[in-house]
Amino acid sequence: MAKQVVMPQMGESVAEGTIVRWLKKVGDPVERDEPLFEISTDKVDAEIPSPSAGVLSEIKVKEGETVPINTVVGVVNETAEGTVKSKPEAVSAPDAARVAPIAPVAPTAPIAPIAPIEPVAPVAPVAPVAPSRPWSAAEARSLRLSPVVRKIAREHHIDVRNIAGTGGGGRVTKNDILAYLEAGAPVVALQAPGAAAPQAPATGAVPSAPLLAPNPLAVAGLDQGKYERTPMSVMRRKIAEHMVMSKRISSHVHSAFEIDFTKVDEIRKAKKQDYEKAGGKLTYMSFITKACADALKKVPIVNTSVDGTDIIYKKDINIGVAVALDWGLIVPVVKNVDSMSLLEISKSIADLAARAREKKLKPEDVQGGTFSITNPGVFGALFGMPIISQPQVAILGVGAIEKRPVVVDDAIGIRLRAYMVLGYDHRIIDGAVADEFMQVVKKGIENWDPAQV
Amino acid sequence: MIPYAAASEMQRALVEERRAGRVPDLLLLVEHPHVITLGVKVEAARSHLLATPEVLAARHVEVHESGRGGDITYHGPGQIVGYPIMDLRPDRCDVHRYVRDLEEVMIRTAADFGLQGGRIQGLTGAWVGADKLGAIGVRISRWITSHGFAFNVSTDLDFFNLIVPCGIPSGGVTSLARALGRLVHRDEAEASIVRHFGEVFDRNVIEGAAVGGGAGSD
Repeated sequence: MAKQVVMPQMGESVAEGTIVRWLKKVGDPVERDEPLFEISTDKVDAEIPSPSAGVLSEIKVKEGETVPINTVVGVVNETAEGTVKSKPEAVSAPDAARVAPIAPVAPTAPIAPIAPIEPVAPVAPVAPVAPSRPWSAAEARSLRLSPVVRKIAREHHIDVRNIAGTGGGGRVTKNDILAYLEAGAPVVALQAPGAAAPQAPATGAVPSAPLLAPNPLAVAGLDQGKYERTPMSVMRRKIAEHMVMSKRISSHVHSAFEIDFTKVDEIRKAKKQDYEKAGGKLTYMSFITKACADALKKVPIVNTSVDGTDIIYKKDINIGVAVALDWGLIVPVVKNVDSMSLLEISKSIADLAARAREKKLKPEDVQGGTFSITNPGVFGALFGMPIISQPQVAILGVGAIEKRPVVVDDAIGIRLRAYMVLGYDHRIIDGAVADEFMQVVKKGIENWDPAQV
Repeated sequence: MIPYAAASEMQRALVEERRAGRVPDLLLLVEHPHVITLGVKVEAARSHLLATPEVLAARHVEVHESGRGGDITYHGPGQIVGYPIMDLRPDRCDVHRYVRDLEEVMIRTAADFGLQGGRIQGLTGAWVGADKLGAIGVRISRWITSHGFAFNVSTDLDFFNLIVPCGIPSGGVTSLARALGRLVHRDEAEASIVRHFGEVFDRNVIEGAAVGGGAGSD
């Protein structure tokens, strides 16, 4: 039976609507209540569900057209099965839910959604990809926790998002978390991140546990159809494996400095056009890369690798600069930075970034790095806590470079500043040495010699 | 500060949760890093983007397509962005009423600070004189709302020069700070929005222990 689909009246004073998008093509099967098309009216975009199950057999009003309400915009041919399946009062179920909110909401519930984003930022090298990690419905739910559950989770370092909740609305209950503990999960959870593989790096092999282990809890308690399983892309898998591996190998410590870019910015503005004429792009990253090269020369322990109980000092200074791509992240390497001028560095970074985006990097372009710089600031992060790119021993994360009020000569002034965080391998670099390195970077940037541009 | 993409993802998840009745009506109040968002009529919206990709990159401004109604807008520091995730059924199924209600919340909030705000026929939003103080862009999926409103508290209005706000070339933009000529504390404005939101939508708003600001309602 053919069922006509009409432009719905979305409000008393609404006389017409514009179809902005058909979500189904002619011939596509459609479920009852499944979104069929999108309309737009007065700053509101609305998804309109199909009135019945069947096959979309005709589209009468094309995308971009505006028609009065109750105009027939399409036709759905109902299937027998669909007709039987469709419930007369589909609306009633969600309405019933309106009763639930009367119970006081745990004060944490509405806020919780904001929290999970924070842990993502620290993993700076992945930052470009990480924020887009789907924030699943199950997570939203599981974060409504009782104080007892919170306490247990905290004490045992459990990420409650790994637990399938059996409480009301999928909430993780005390029993759930205790069962999770009993299942042996904490053995993994309690291991210090760097402690798992102290002896392994010598061979480069990773200890028995696979880097990306199967996790039955990921789908525990979930019906088929309540989730979608998607394999990681090759790039995603490599990033994932590398991050886990690096955390196991190196004992990460982070040290944050606030660095003033006001002077560099003045130089940058003054010289920008000269650079463009010469085919370079005078970015903050060029200055930072150069400053790091100088610091690596002065504090050579940062330009090393660890092999068993030996330290391998690298004679070249090759700096990897992370480039965010739509499909992931890649770290092309600027070679022999210490022998390059600022112009050469800027040209090299621009060239590598462009080729990365065009997928034209050669294998050697991403190999041989001795130190890395990543830039979570471009995504708005104040700072990130980056993970070392193995087999290097340090990585610099550059936070958002922005104007801030600061005390200058006992008055409040406006200065261009950024937090820069050095992540380093505490096996061979002590805090004082890391700070010495950062002091060289800071002094280099803050007291840039305009003649050196 | 929550990146725009993360907030969108969060909303998508919460809309599903709301639909399933696993969460109550929610009002999320957030602040975004610099971002320009395009409404569903992407092509039209894009034509109102004035800045070149280079300028946007230099000023650290991202551009996102958003799936909400409306044209183009800017979000950034100093702006309160409100995302109500509400089921409008059974008694509020009227998109115009919903939009007018969001305007009302912003107009009443402005009044708390001694500003006379109002509406301009045909131009959705909360206006102070000929300048827009708060913008609206909404998505409704089977009567569950997402996206919402953006209220300028101390927004750096320079960033609006990168676009034709909402595709309306004539109107200016303003903020509480600009209109009042003094700094306004974000928390103060948030508290005011939360209170008026509760009144206008007839909801008892339970405020959460602020991590980034936000409140549940009902």
